[in-house]
Amino acid sequence: MSANSQIGPSTWQEPVSSHVTSNGYDRTLLQRLHPAEWRNPEPQDRYNLVVIGAGPAGILTARNAAKVGAKVALIERDRLGGACFNVGCISSKAIIRTSRLYAEMRNAENFGAQVPTGISVDFSAVMERMRRVRARISQRISAQSLTLMGVDVYFGEARFEGPEAIVVDGKRLRFRRALVASGARPAVPAIAGLAEAGYLTNENVFDLNECPPRLLVLGGGPLGCELAQAFCRMGSQVTIVQKDPMFLGNEERDAAQILSDALARDGIVIHLNTEAINVRTEGNQKLVDLMGDDGKSTVTVDEILVGIGSAPNVEGINLEAAGVQYDKDTGIATNDYLQTSNPRIYAAGDVCSGTKFPHIETAAAQLVVHNAFFWGRARLSTLAIPWCTYTDPEIAHVGLYIKEANAKGIPVKTFTVMMHDVDRAVTDGEDEGFVKIHVREGTDKILGATVAASHAGEMITELSLAMTAGIGLRALSRVNHPYPTQAQAIKLAADAYLDSRHRPVRRWLLKQWLRW
Amino acid sequence: MVDRPRLSDDDLLDRLQRAAFDYFLTNYNPANGLVADTSRTGSPSSIAVVGFALSAYPVAVERGWMTREAALERTLVTLRFLSNSSQSAEPDATGYKGFYYHFLDMQSGKRTWQSELSLIDTALLLAGILTAGAYFTDHSEGESEVRTLADLLYRRVDWRWAQNGKATLSQGWKPERGFLHYGWEGYSEAIILYVLASASPTYPVPSSYEAWTGTYQWENLYGRDFLYAGPLFIHQFSHAWIDFRGIQDRFMREKGSDYFENSRRATYIQREYALRNPHEFRDYGENSWGFSASDGPGMERLRIDGRDRRFFGYSARGVPYGPDDGTIAPAASLASIVFAPEIALPATRHFCEHYPDIINEYRLPSGFNPTLTRNGSRCWVSEGYFGLDQGIVVLMIENYRSQLIWKLMCQCPYIGKALRNAGCRGGWL
Repeated sequence: MSANSQIGPSTWQEPVSSHVTSNGYDRTLLQRLHPAEWRNPEPQDRYNLVVIGAGPAGILTARNAAKVGAKVALIERDRLGGACFNVGCISSKAIIRTSRLYAEMRNAENFGAQVPTGISVDFSAVMERMRRVRARISQRISAQSLTLMGVDVYFGEARFEGPEAIVVDGKRLRFRRALVASGARPAVPAIAGLAEAGYLTNENVFDLNECPPRLLVLGGGPLGCELAQAFCRMGSQVTIVQKDPMFLGNEERDAAQILSDALARDGIVIHLNTEAINVRTEGNQKLVDLMGDDGKSTVTVDEILVGIGSAPNVEGINLEAAGVQYDKDTGIATNDYLQTSNPRIYAAGDVCSGTKFPHIETAAAQLVVHNAFFWGRARLSTLAIPWCTYTDPEIAHVGLYIKEANAKGIPVKTFTVMMHDVDRAVTDGEDEGFVKIHVREGTDKILGATVAASHAGEMITELSLAMTAGIGLRALSRVNHPYPTQAQAIKLAADAYLDSRHRPVRRWLLKQWLRW
Repeated sequence: MVDRPRLSDDDLLDRLQRAAFDYFLTNYNPANGLVADTSRTGSPSSIAVVGFALSAYPVAVERGWMTREAALERTLVTLRFLSNSSQSAEPDATGYKGFYYHFLDMQSGKRTWQSELSLIDTALLLAGILTAGAYFTDHSEGESEVRTLADLLYRRVDWRWAQNGKATLSQGWKPERGFLHYGWEGYSEAIILYVLASASPTYPVPSSYEAWTGTYQWENLYGRDFLYAGPLFIHQFSHAWIDFRGIQDRFMREKGSDYFENSRRATYIQREYALRNPHEFRDYGENSWGFSASDGPGMERLRIDGRDRRFFGYSARGVPYGPDDGTIAPAASLASIVFAPEIALPATRHFCEHYPDIINEYRLPSGFNPTLTRNGSRCWVSEGYFGLDQGIVVLMIENYRSQLIWKLMCQCPYIGKALRNAGCRGGWL
């Protein structure tokens, strides 16, 4: 424990009532992530690192810095864990798991099993499990555990007071290096009548205790697609509206198409190339006017979930005083070392313009500590950072997309294995999807990969490892995989690479060699 | 139709081609030259189908199914309508900026179904117009007028406007919403669109072709390397007019292939997908494949053979990513005859011999689905006929038999120039 950490009556009075429910799990959660009795420590003379924001990037960076013996302060204005933990990844994954179970129950006949009679969704039980899971995991990032690791934890609004000091709760923290990881808040589209009608975002959708009978999801990014599918499987009649021609923005076209087919198969009404232009209420109903390529239409729902993206939390920190340049829409600009315009101040996570994925935040945490303390020159762009959208099937990616390689003038060849050619995927009834591995043409060097499969998030790790370790497809083809497993799709792709190398001359030579 | 006694390949192809051509005789408005999208009652005209019709008339003349005068008359009526009809931003015009709306009212020729100003369908129409211009080459007043109108219609298309400030072309435009905010990405039938756009003497967009090829995906799938696109029609439509044998652009030179060879591989991949039949649909196999844009049973969910099945209406079915609902497009497999006759013709014979009840007088339906059987029928079959299916069958069989359309388009100065501008070499270039 840090010498000057104290547990006692807090003088800090910032309300967090928006998150508080009578649920016991939430009380446990709050006690761990923002203890009511918390008293901020007295600052040390000068910290090696002060971190603003205790989301994944902030906590991991603080932990890593503490592990190497640095004097570290971590400032959080709300709950430790940030949006990702409290109202994002963990909460959504918990309800996605339950929703998948309901989907499997309804689909039991396709597995030779009986569909349970009288399937009914106990939504409050789903949400209670989510809160229990969230409370359980919160132990790992509790204020107490961070303090035990040597991190000085402060609760309050942080504000730069020059390029070397931050003020929080009336205390002045001097630093040699700082990290801004203040996160982001849900972006809300400017739609007439939306504010008056009311809407949900990731910040309050997990507070619901009743499943909305009819739900409109605005936005077809990861959050929108994941929650649209989860609520649909839990009984909502879901409509999803996406202004682009496909889901998931930058993902590969075929992956987005597979996802689109999966959502439609679940019964979600999909409107691509469509925007919501007006909202009005009639009684408890919300009537939303949509404008798409086929003209105007109206959808009537009970709730609207906004999932169009996020807006960086750059206001109120007084970044100007620290010489940190930012844009209120795109966030703090960083270089490839994650340095801001003040080279002693780093930024990572959703507040940055280029690193808005929790998966990147983990890598960013390691990179910041390395670069800040050890004169490191580690570049974000050189890291193989996978990410995943946790729909069913999941969509995971690592490295370059084909269009990125094309734009860089890198000739690409893709080895594709369909999951319907993978024995275990067939036995599991999970044969929708594919593994695509992009290599530099004429070599086995892996540039990137996309996996669309039921467990794509697990499968992409092997490819991420291969890229990080510089392992090519030739070596991957020598890696034995247990049979049958779904990850064998990766070996099949590597084998396809080897087969493609067996050109006619080589085939002829082999034939001559094997004439005995 | 029963294929007995067994016809020779040439006789069978002749009957199939003639039956397909007859579609254009019976679904035609002599007042304006428009041809219906489908043979169903009340169908509007599709401008792409008009493009196929204009290309099919020379075939019919050469095959002796129509006099040159009759073909000329039909062509003139069509071109005069296209040149004189309303071109404006009004929502019920026939076209705008030289482009045409996807669907036009058969009688009035005005925009219908709130359809988009369609770039690809305009390109297919222009391909037909230029084919007519290349075929009617004598100095008679009528044939001279065809050439004049063809040139006028091509020259007035404002391709630069259709870029909407971007490197690639937009997919379309609507008077109510402006440009559709998605472009052409990945390999598609749009190759002819980019060729025509880059060759324009009035509004050329030379760099758009290279920008478009930057979105290609070169894949190894089922053991074959190819430029990926799922539906078979994508690998066929541009080839109905342009002989791509041996022609390589920068991309194909890098890959050591060409677009014709690519379509051949895509055809084999379709058959391979049918052999693997991952969704276990009925009657997929070595000679039963063809996944393309086609009519389907309609949006419906049914439980068949212990499995939940979801069916679609008209949809661009493709392999291997789908959508796949068990529907086969027999015209698509036949239209691959120019690329892989050794597998396309056996597939067509299979359909003729095993499904004689769905093939009326050698004319192929848009789609049939052996997985969906109702009221004692062996399969679901699309009602009526679709002009695009009949058009691609007429042109591809002709290219297989005589290369007539390819030869005509080789004579069109714009095509060669455009291909060379795009960095293409080899083949007839």
